[in-house]
Amino acid sequence: MNPPPAIRVRGLDVAFGANQVMDSLDLDLRRGEVMGFVGPSGSGKSVLTRTILGLQPKQGGTIEIDGRDIDQMNLAERGRVERGWGVLFQQGALFSSLNVRQNVEAPMREHLDISPGLRSELAMLKLRLVGLPPDAGEKFPSELSGGMIKRAALARALALDPQVLFLDEPTSGLDPISAGDFDDLIATLQSTLDLTVFMVTHDLDSLYAICDRVAVLGRGRVIAVGTIPELLQSPEPWIQDYFHGKRGAGRQVPPPRRRRAI
Amino acid sequence: MKNPSATLVVENGAVRVALAGAWTLEAGARLEDAARRLGEAPAGAAFDLSALDGLDTAGAWVISRAKAQMDAEGRPARLAGLRPEHATLLREAAYAPQAPDLPAPLGAAGLLADIGENVTRAGHSGLGALDFLGRSVACLARAALHPGRWRLTSTAFHLETMGLRGAPLIVMINFFVGVIIAQQGIAQLARFGASDLTVNLVAILTLRELGVMLTSIMVAGRTGSAITAELGAMNMREEIDALRVMALDPIEALVLPRLAALLLALPLLTFLGDIAALVGGMMTTWAFAGISPHAFWGELQYPASVTRFFAGMLKAPFMALAIGVIASMEGFAVRGSAESLGRRVTSSVVKSIFTVILLDGIFAMFYGAIRF
Repeated sequence: MNPPPAIRVRGLDVAFGANQVMDSLDLDLRRGEVMGFVGPSGSGKSVLTRTILGLQPKQGGTIEIDGRDIDQMNLAERGRVERGWGVLFQQGALFSSLNVRQNVEAPMREHLDISPGLRSELAMLKLRLVGLPPDAGEKFPSELSGGMIKRAALARALALDPQVLFLDEPTSGLDPISAGDFDDLIATLQSTLDLTVFMVTHDLDSLYAICDRVAVLGRGRVIAVGTIPELLQSPEPWIQDYFHGKRGAGRQVPPPRRRRAI
Repeated sequence: MKNPSATLVVENGAVRVALAGAWTLEAGARLEDAARRLGEAPAGAAFDLSALDGLDTAGAWVISRAKAQMDAEGRPARLAGLRPEHATLLREAAYAPQAPDLPAPLGAAGLLADIGENVTRAGHSGLGALDFLGRSVACLARAALHPGRWRLTSTAFHLETMGLRGAPLIVMINFFVGVIIAQQGIAQLARFGASDLTVNLVAILTLRELGVMLTSIMVAGRTGSAITAELGAMNMREEIDALRVMALDPIEALVLPRLAALLLALPLLTFLGDIAALVGGMMTTWAFAGISPHAFWGELQYPASVTRFFAGMLKAPFMALAIGVIASMEGFAVRGSAESLGRRVTSSVVKSIFTVILLDGIFAMFYGAIRF
């Protein structure tokens, strides 16, 4: 029997007043895959992320993590599940009063019983893993460039060695070269740390470069899900415009990504 | 999950350390203990990872750190039984020595440097305030020459938030202060049989000093902080830069309406505060010293009281200018982070209140010198 999906969403309803944003949405995120979420602005990509993370109340439906309903969990179980998640917010959401190293240490300080020395070493290791120089650790978020903020925030998301990584527009606001580097970084980390990645993005390059599957959101539900070659066959007009439009045309579908770089 | 463990096994003369359990962050201090035992293995030992239940970056880090330390001490160890995913982790999270944290320079020299730095910073901030005051006044003068450039809507909006919405609070505070002064005055002066003089005490104190000072302090806390926070938030979102590149002067567009509203609002609020304090004093003297309201108002009508009233009111525009300039300057000084915004708002309120009290002292000396 297959293991249960990392995240299974069934019949999710979310509404803001009379505005139904999610209308019985179904979704499966398999363990170890990189799934991209695309959709027109306002299609609820961020709302879906926030609802799964528990930041946004839902009106109906179930969310299962590793086969267990998140609403049935007690606080301790819920806490354990949340510790298995790393979240990269769009603007980084680094704590501005702490320097970068302290930002990475913050979740470890709260949740783990390890010595300050090891904690600091692990924080510096995480900074190395995301490609930041050691002296970045002593800088404050206000002193960092956009690309460095994304990397520092990724290091903090990885602080507790999560199983699932949520990325909200990880490459927005980065120049194409930095964005490409960031895609490579996520792919490397994903294979090294065996992460399941939930990625909301507008960046076609990211989709082609690192996503195993792509889910297209629209009208409050997932209107199509599959690999990019599968989506290219979809008759849905928005998908056709998205992948065959001015910015999407002329791209080569990449060969299937090697799963574990060894 | 099983706790991480490291067991020394000697087989056929070869030393092997069998690692078992989950070498992950979850184990916390137990992970560090296991790593310490690992580091105590004899030379030539093989770290056997084949029975591991789990490994994450923290586990990989402590294992490779133990190995690196043993290698450095001349009793090399080697890794055995590596699974491919463990090999990847151990390569990516390999131990690398880190520079120890540099301690901050302490002692007398550091202290002196700190003092010097703070004194120069205070000097620069004083110069900056003068510069800002000059630019605001120049802008005010320019705007006076071109009345069409006044932002009336904005000024009216700020007048409402600063003046009208602030009025109840100012009235209440001053009323209570009037009550307190009168009550204390009656209690002390009654011992000399001079409780009638309480009227003069209340009138002089509130009209000349306390009315304008308390109102200014309240406005510094309520309105000064709001100005700093508004301008600071606009600064953080580059809205002020946007104004500049549209060839608009941020001082004219943002500071002038607020300054004008403050210059109008503070004297008006001071007037309300004065009345409230007098009413408070009147009610107290009526209730506790038997001085009728009629007698109270009669006492106030001496010409000297009118002079006192103007002595107080004259200070109000200067207080308004000080509060407005300091609050706007601090707002423009906000940089990047939310923390900086918080620091600037605090500093705005502290500096405004300090300046208000300082100005009041200067006015007291000035009035004394000209016998006003």
